[in-house]
Amino acid sequence: MERTMFFHYRKFKNLFMYGLCMLSVGVALVPLLLIFYHTISLGVSALNVDFFTQLPKPVGESGGGLANAIVGTLILVGLGSIIGLPVGILAGIYLSEFGNNKFAAAVRFMTDVLNGVPSIVTGVVAYTIVVLPMKHFSAYAGGFALGILMIPIVTRTTEEMLKTVPNSYREAALALGIPQWKTTLRIVMPAALGGIVTGVMLAIARAAGETAPLLFTALNNRFWHTSLDQPIASLTVFIYNYGVSPFEDWIAQAWAGALILILLVLLLSIAVRFATRQRY
Amino acid sequence: MEDIIEKEDIEIKTSIAIPGNVSSMTAPPRTIKIKADSLNCYFGKVHAIKNVSLTIPENSVVAIIGPSGCGKSTFLRSINRMHELVPDSRIIGSLTLDGKDIYGMDAVTVRKRIGMVFQKPNPFPTMSIFDNVAAGLRMNGMGNKKEIAEIVERSLVQAALWNEVKDSLSKSGVSLSGGQQQRLCIARTLAVNPEVILMDEPASALDPLSTAKIEELIHALKHRYTVVIVTHNMQQAARVSDATAFFYMGELIEYDETKKIFTMPAKKQTEDYITGRFG
Amino acid sequence: MERHFEKDLDQLKAKLIAMCTLATTALEASLEAVLTDSEEQAKKVFEIERTINAYEIEIDNGVVDVLALQQPVAKDLRLILAILKINNDLERIGDHAVNIAESAIGLVNTPGREALLQIPEMSSETVRMLKTAVQSFVELDPHKAQSVLESDDTVDDLNRGMIAEIVRLIKADQTTIEGNLQLARISRNLERVADLTTNIAEEVIFLTQARFVKHHAADDK
Repeated sequence: MERTMFFHYRKFKNLFMYGLCMLSVGVALVPLLLIFYHTISLGVSALNVDFFTQLPKPVGESGGGLANAIVGTLILVGLGSIIGLPVGILAGIYLSEFGNNKFAAAVRFMTDVLNGVPSIVTGVVAYTIVVLPMKHFSAYAGGFALGILMIPIVTRTTEEMLKTVPNSYREAALALGIPQWKTTLRIVMPAALGGIVTGVMLAIARAAGETAPLLFTALNNRFWHTSLDQPIASLTVFIYNYGVSPFEDWIAQAWAGALILILLVLLLSIAVRFATRQRY
Repeated sequence: MEDIIEKEDIEIKTSIAIPGNVSSMTAPPRTIKIKADSLNCYFGKVHAIKNVSLTIPENSVVAIIGPSGCGKSTFLRSINRMHELVPDSRIIGSLTLDGKDIYGMDAVTVRKRIGMVFQKPNPFPTMSIFDNVAAGLRMNGMGNKKEIAEIVERSLVQAALWNEVKDSLSKSGVSLSGGQQQRLCIARTLAVNPEVILMDEPASALDPLSTAKIEELIHALKHRYTVVIVTHNMQQAARVSDATAFFYMGELIEYDETKKIFTMPAKKQTEDYITGRFG
Repeated sequence: MERHFEKDLDQLKAKLIAMCTLATTALEASLEAVLTDSEEQAKKVFEIERTINAYEIEIDNGVVDVLALQQPVAKDLRLILAILKINNDLERIGDHAVNIAESAIGLVNTPGREALLQIPEMSSETVRMLKTAVQSFVELDPHKAQSVLESDDTVDDLNRGMIAEIVRLIKADQTTIEGNLQLARISRNLERVADLTTNIAEEVIFLTQARFVKHHAADDK
């Protein structure tokens, strides 16, 4: 009798904890679903061909699109990646493969600090370093700010992912008389590629979603940019501007912009995953 | 019956001429491949190898036995300079390959000449069976595809794996069974044509049949290579090696012909260890 | 799968077969010495016996090596044990051959040797047994081995008959005592050789059929 009671109690405990777990999953998913729901339901009305092909119309005129902002975001993220990814990945390799010293410990610490710096501060720094000497806002400045934001994310994920590669592969390669740099590049990196790509995608998503640093650097542009040393439009800044505007069609376009931003990051993720998939 | 005995008779007469034909038991003198002289290895303040001197003859199998932590793996890893990859490691004393100082050579060159097989089979996970064997060649700059294919096949044949994988060379190396993976690793090592092969407990993660295959392979390998094998399995040392070194607490206690070690060890510590009366 | 220690076993087996032949040759030569009154044949036995001894040590060492290094089991273990024991049996057959050869020399020009009694019959029977036992080992044939066990009684009976006859002869004529003692010694040694041959056959049965026949054989006696 006692044993059955104990058995029931144990089963109940198990069920209870299982329920808690499921509840937590639900709580975590709700905001995500809400975001999807809102962006789709509010933004889809503004989506049409013009949205992807037209420039924004001046105040008062309806219609128009965010073509320049979509392209601008891609360019800014591209510039940021050119700066952020190589530096981040190389720094990650250094920390993982050679980082057994005090300097590396310092680098690791600084990277964490950099990761925690509010993005607006990064924007101010980019303003001071790039915009002030050039004397005008530019795509370069925006890319620079985004690049700096990406570095710590890429660095730390690259390091962590390389560290998950078992040491036995490094030893196997070195024991074959393969030099260390080739071992890292051709044996260790491919083994950690999936993880590193995840880090890169995280960094790109973060950069694509940033508004604050761009306000100080790339500013905005209602027209097509003429060159990269000119101010450039971006989805996030448009979303910010349109979202706080009093015009309903602008607000709808802001939602549509947000939807496009999400889709862009998603598509990019899928494309990169496909391109770097493991054959085995 | 009569016939048999008579035929036998003729043969016997010839061997009567050389009574006590015991000479087949002792190997001809060999040239020294590796020589350690007063070798000391340290990890920081830990003195892992203490004043070890021994010579490893060419085309022989030398087994290193001893309890865990006796320094046998450290000794092995000092031979191809894998030891120095550990931070804070130091080596004092001399270690030569064909009479030349191993620590005076370029580490990459040393490792090309002295290959290594590890305890856990570790084929490169992102590569096919073929690419695993070809890895050492390609990354050392060989570009001739035909030549690579030839060497890959030859290495797999030597490693007694060819027949099992010849139809699935493009499959992942990690799709093989544990024993096959280990033979793949041996083939990978053979492909770069080393002179010496170090094996660090190569069969300890394998089932008995795979172990037997690896042991047969080691036997076959000694005709072309010099093999040094670390094993915690004394029977394995007995089965595969020509000479056996017993390490204890970082010291070389006894080093002799395997037959001698396993029948009439000179030191009591060796006897206690191989008979399982340790401690 | 090919096993490299197969080679070691084969080598040992070949050496043992060679030793079988040596022991047979020694026994035959010693009996030849007795029957033809030849000192030369007797000396040949001493020479062969030295070779047998060298072989014995070599095979012993080989067996120790295989046991220590290869840890044989089942069939391999039975083979190595059979080799070890047959090796010992053969060496002792060699010793008995030497005893017989010594007696042959003792018999030269000695009164009493004229009556060789059943020695020729015993000799041929013992040699036949030894050859059959050796053949059963070479061919791993348990049936041949079994037939050796059955012949042992014949030699025992002959020996018993010989001793009785010799006692009678000595009682009848004291001058033949010396020669007849040598004959008794030869008969006794032949009987021992037959026993050792039986042992060899028993080892072959143990080796091929994995069964012990020793107690059964003892009952037969």
